[in-house]
Amino acid sequence: MTVKDITDQLQLKIFAGASGMNREVTGGYVSDLLSDVMGHAQEGQLWITLQTHKNVMAIASLKELSAIIFVQGFEPDMDTRDLAEKEGIPLLGTTLPTFDITGKIYNLLT
Amino acid sequence: MQLEFKVMGGDFANAGYASSEIKKVLKQINIDPKIIKKVVVALYEAEVNICAHAYAGKVSVEITPEKISVEVSDKGPGIPDIELAMQEGFSTASPAVREMGFGAGMGLPNIKKNTDFLDIQSTVGKGTTLKFINYLT
Ligand SMILES: Nc1ncnc2c1ncn2[C@@H]1O[C@H](COP(=O)(O)OP(=O)(O)O)[C@@H](O)[C@H]1O
Ligand SMILES: [Mg+2]
Repeated sequence: MTVKDITDQLQLKIFAGASGMNREVTGGYVSDLLSDVMGHAQEGQLWITLQTHKNVMAIASLKELSAIIFVQGFEPDMDTRDLAEKEGIPLLGTTLPTFDITGKIYNLLT
Repeated sequence: MQLEFKVMGGDFANAGYASSEIKKVLKQINIDPKIIKKVVVALYEAEVNICAHAYAGKVSVEITPEKISVEVSDKGPGIPDIELAMQEGFSTASPAVREMGFGAGMGLPNIKKNTDFLDIQSTVGKGTTLKFINYLT
């Protein structure tokens, strides 16, 4: 399943990094603690969070995550979007809370 | 091969720059991706610690056929109790830093887990030097 498949099925908003919509999603990781993501997320996973600053993109790029989904209407900062464009990692958004969007994505992936 | 980068205290916008440059180099010279991932996690956490806890620092990376050796040294407040600092969950990070999702007290444990050798030297009021090694063979 690609980032695009998930984006289409869950009608996620695309903030930036659309050139990476064909990235393969291998799973997901849910956390707002950056060291937790750094230590435990795996390449290809999509990351569900409410952190919107540039460091989340730095981490997504270092860990080669497939996309970031901001929950509950949170929107990425401008410098976060710039970096996402450069790296081709999609930044997506939903108005749903973390539990709900995670459950939907889990169902799509399993 | 020897590479050096400067890291500024408080400069979160550029945290991860050294890690990202080193990652590119390690990929170029075809280092095992598993080892690259570990080095990147450890170096990123070390960079963030300078941003969050120190004033200014320097990252030096040496790559030989046998190993990747990293030295991260800073001018800063130092670590009074290294054993305590190594404990998962221990953090003196400010509320502002925590709000950004840093300061979970997992940085030094992440460095330990992702390296084959770790040495921390610190002098209170002066600064901290981390040395870590990942072996390639
Ligand atoms: N370079 C440093 N200079 C001063 N103190 C440090 C440094 N690195 C780590 N520390 C101390 O060790 C603690 C634990 O570090 P770490 O495990 O990375 O967690 P965190 O950075 O999330 O607080 C820090 O909160 C801080 O008190
Ligand atoms: Mg830390």
